[in-house]
Amino acid sequence: MLKNRVIPCLLLRDGGLVKTEKFKKYKYIGDPINALRIFNEKEVDELIFMDIDASRHNKEPNWETLKDLASECFMPLSYAGGVKNLKQIEMLLKIGIEKVGINHQSLTDLSLLKEASRQFGSSSIIGGVDVKNSLFGKTYVYDHVKGKSNSLDPVNYAQTLEAAGVGEIFLNSVDRDGSYSGYDLDLINKVSHSLSIPLIACGGASSYSDLNAAIAAGASAVAAGSIFVYHGPHRAVLISYPTAIQLESILHE
Amino acid sequence: MIHIINYGLGNLGSIKNMLKRIGVEAEIIDKPEQLEDASKIILPGVGAFDSGMSHLIDNNWLEILNRKVLTDKLPVLGICLGMQLMTKGSEEGALPGLGWMNAKVKKFSFDEGSKLKIPHMGWNKVIPAKSSKLLEDPENENRFYFVHSYYVESENETESLLWTHHGLKFVSAFERDNIMGVQFHPEKSHKFGLKLLKNFVERY
Repeated sequence: MLKNRVIPCLLLRDGGLVKTEKFKKYKYIGDPINALRIFNEKEVDELIFMDIDASRHNKEPNWETLKDLASECFMPLSYAGGVKNLKQIEMLLKIGIEKVGINHQSLTDLSLLKEASRQFGSSSIIGGVDVKNSLFGKTYVYDHVKGKSNSLDPVNYAQTLEAAGVGEIFLNSVDRDGSYSGYDLDLINKVSHSLSIPLIACGGASSYSDLNAAIAAGASAVAAGSIFVYHGPHRAVLISYPTAIQLESILHE
Repeated sequence: MIHIINYGLGNLGSIKNMLKRIGVEAEIIDKPEQLEDASKIILPGVGAFDSGMSHLIDNNWLEILNRKVLTDKLPVLGICLGMQLMTKGSEEGALPGLGWMNAKVKKFSFDEGSKLKIPHMGWNKVIPAKSSKLLEDPENENRFYFVHSYYVESENETESLLWTHHGLKFVSAFERDNIMGVQFHPEKSHKFGLKLLKNFVERY
């Protein structure tokens, strides 16, 4: 049987690794290559690197860092951040990245995502969906470049991305980012059951049992930041990941 | 020298890096004539079946590949789409495959409401269908990383090497004489993939 994947999601900013809270409050964590080497040793299921500034500042992906990361990585590696054209995607796949996430570009124009899925295969392209709750408790798709929500419904939007050809959806909650408040299980439930492609859920994990809850809610894979880079109440930086045996018992609780 | 064929897209850097980690130099080649002094061949690949076959045809790979594999019997390992190209053909495309193995490629298809997702993406187990040098000294509980929407169905079960379950039992590796193919990505499967590639390098 297919194992549910547990994926550390690591944020790149100016070539360094950071962790955020609610997509803000950047804290420097360390060097991405060092982190990657530790995750290699821990035999992690998969890794996602996201450059959180590339789209905001209209920058190219940080090719030097990405090349170093890809060549050291003996597990599946995904990248998102500032991807605007097919040439960049081709380059990312060539340097050894398995899957490329497209987020901001698709909010206004699906043509890149459609063409990329067709040309490079659905399984190489991830559709990113950031969400945020409104004051009245409704959840909308969030535009991290503009720094505000739009009027799109996350379920409909995820279905639109699936129809456009992506092989996977990455669902990330702004409110829960770095909050240790658990995943948005209702939303994971709704989105995953409206899709026939895998869903990666992200945002809010505080413990290994949260991972299990998100999978029970319907996520094919769970991503998290804080629990894999922090340790203890004072958020001391410590890279960790459950062993294969721990994972097996966590996911079969 | 191991030659990794570059015929378009594919995660060639990570295959080369994994081989380097084993201690073997490999060369990524993009011209058919470079295959003349190969001792082993890796045929990688991601993407669609027809686009893979067209690349091989348009860039004149077929003659030398057939000669090296079928006549000279060089060990060859197909990875992911590379494995699928070794079959007779795929539901994904109209072009015939290389036709080296008695197998066909079909699309995963599940009933509406099924919990099973397509692509089959992530870590899964493999069940040996026969013994092989490729599988010697296995790690405890072998698992490998898969990403694919189409699977290999064998027409000659003696060629099947590994099986995997995803809604149905499909051929996740095959082997006949010098020809081997794996549906998963050994280059992205930690020590499990490393061992398999090491066996390919050292035992053939």
